Amino acid sequence: MAELFTLPVLLGILYSGIRLATPYLYAAIGETFAQRSGVLNLGVDGIMLMGAYSGFYVAMKSGNLWLGLLAAAGTGILMGLMMSVVSVTLQAQQGISGIGLQLFGLGLSTLLFKTTLGGVKSISGFSPVKIPLLGDIPGLGDVLFNHNVLVYGAFLLVPLANWVLNRTTFGLKVRAVGQNPKAADTLGVNVTLIRYITVTLGGMLAGIAGASLSIALINLFQENMTSGMGFIAVALVYFGSWRPVGVMWGALLFSFVNALQLWIQVLGIPLPSDLAVMMPYILTILALTFAANRAQTPAALTKPFERGEN
Amino acid sequence: MKKAFFKLGLVMVLVALFAASCAAPAAVEVPVEVTRIVEGETIVEEIIVTATPVPEEQKAFRIAFVAPSSVNDMAHSQALYQALLNIQEEMGGPDALEIAYSEGMFKIPDAAAAIRDYAAEGYDLVIGHGSQYGTSVAQIAPDFPETSFAWGTSLDTFQAQGVENVFAYQAESQQGGYVLGTIAALMSESGVLGVSGPVEAGDAKLYVDGFEAGAKAAKSDIVVNISYTGSFSDVSLMAAAAETHIGAGADMLTGSSQSVVGAIGVAKEQGAYWFGTQWDQTELASETVMASQVYDWSGIVKDMIAAHKAGVMGGKAYTLTFKNGGLVIGYNPAVEVPAEVKDAADAAIQGIMDGAIDPLAIPAS
Repeated sequence: MAELFTLPVLLGILYSGIRLATPYLYAAIGETFAQRSGVLNLGVDGIMLMGAYSGFYVAMKSGNLWLGLLAAAGTGILMGLMMSVVSVTLQAQQGISGIGLQLFGLGLSTLLFKTTLGGVKSISGFSPVKIPLLGDIPGLGDVLFNHNVLVYGAFLLVPLANWVLNRTTFGLKVRAVGQNPKAADTLGVNVTLIRYITVTLGGMLAGIAGASLSIALINLFQENMTSGMGFIAVALVYFGSWRPVGVMWGALLFSFVNALQLWIQVLGIPLPSDLAVMMPYILTILALTFAANRAQTPAALTKPFERGEN
Repeated sequence: MKKAFFKLGLVMVLVALFAASCAAPAAVEVPVEVTRIVEGETIVEEIIVTATPVPEEQKAFRIAFVAPSSVNDMAHSQALYQALLNIQEEMGGPDALEIAYSEGMFKIPDAAAAIRDYAAEGYDLVIGHGSQYGTSVAQIAPDFPETSFAWGTSLDTFQAQGVENVFAYQAESQQGGYVLGTIAALMSESGVLGVSGPVEAGDAKLYVDGFEAGAKAAKSDIVVNISYTGSFSDVSLMAAAAETHIGAGADMLTGSSQSVVGAIGVAKEQGAYWFGTQWDQTELASETVMASQVYDWSGIVKDMIAAHKAGVMGGKAYTLTFKNGGLVIGYNPAVEVPAEVKDAADAAIQGIMDGAIDPLAIPAS
């Protein structure tokens, strides 16, 4: 056990944890916006897959990673709009339509992967950018300040999302719509529009989350490469009590424990590998049960809104 | 109060789970009757034909298979698909051998439905290409006595349950693992090797154990770090596992399952070498993959076709080995491996074929 507490190992956990947390951060912050406005989007995983695919494909064909990122964001926007139409305009049951969207994304990305790529191919993704001065700190510099732009972007998104939600009129409207859409409506807030915006924004961020895997962290596309990450992202929103900073701590905790369990195995610490692999999930369940503050749940979450109805 | 009970219950469940997984896995010996093909011999059952032979009908032999991953996964499923394509070419194209498949069947009920459908459509040989499909094959096979079934990786043909029309197949992946472990140990400069498998069971575990044994036999002071991700498809965690191994000093990496593409990418970026299994993964990273153990299922499938045509519908268990040519070590011409290392690898292959080397025996250090 002592071998875990050496500097290289701790720095290694920190480094892997930060990278692992990146896709969760994009997806979960996006989902936070959707849920704060009262829409549960369980289709995040499918959007991530489509984002990962389109980002990879466009980056490979054009040779431009930024175009790939744009394509992933655009795909996410389209799928977010689809979810909005189904869950906001048509008022379908949100859980079911989200699962539908997830299966759609899984199926379509697999189909496109097979027809356009034929097999697994790899590209050179975004390379690490060392931040001047901070990156030169011995040890920690490389671990914290030598990542690719999408990793930095994910962590910068947290204060930004926090500010938008809590300090802007738009954020106020989002929260109002999620708490009491009827009251918001009587005050002249366009509930439908707000929900369209948040779900589409969530879609865009989920698309970028997928691209962070396919063109920044792993640099390839493989069918079902998210293997359920989108669902973990939804759980992280509950874990973080619908607050961006809470969501970030959740994503980091989950990812650090995942990085830790890999080190436990690599160092040969006698713990069954099946149990090691379960550790992050056990922790998430525990945290959801004890730490999550349910008082924060947006009151109108999963409830469709119709004007003039009681 | 209700909430408190819920929380208490949850904790109890988790504690029980923890305790259950900590307890040493009790070794329950379940006797299983299997038949096993003897090295290098073709089992031929004599069939006495008494009827007047009708003019031979040019009818295509029809094979269908169901696979958990895609047929271009650069691993498990692609190895079988390529073998079928090779046989098809040898037999004279799609007119002689018809191939149908359902891929991405990670849900067992879906796979079972597909297996049944293919059998009902009159395919001659229906293959469930995943050890998770065994029980489904055992249930479906008796309903279609005219169809041959096959599944793997396993050696259980269900003869003990009275099922007559099921073939089983398995790769002795530890054999190639041993040889690749030998090469990796001799090539490593850091003296640390990193192995990341999917789950600690079956084919993957055999490969990993063989790799470790081969490495330690070649170099007694080599460090072999082993980790499992618990998933066949989690590319991201597989990549993180490779990062972790490199962080722990490994310069030679290996692993199995279709998720290893994530690890190969990390090896490529960080300048480590990779050893592949099931399929030659060189295409993915031309300067990273040093050598691969390639599965060639064609000999086995050809034997199944011959058996079916002779009226033997199942009951044989096959293994892929170096000796029967089902396992091949392929080097990447773009990566230089010194002659003496290749000689050591050849000696290991020879030793395994002669039976002088047990590829699962880890030398006491």
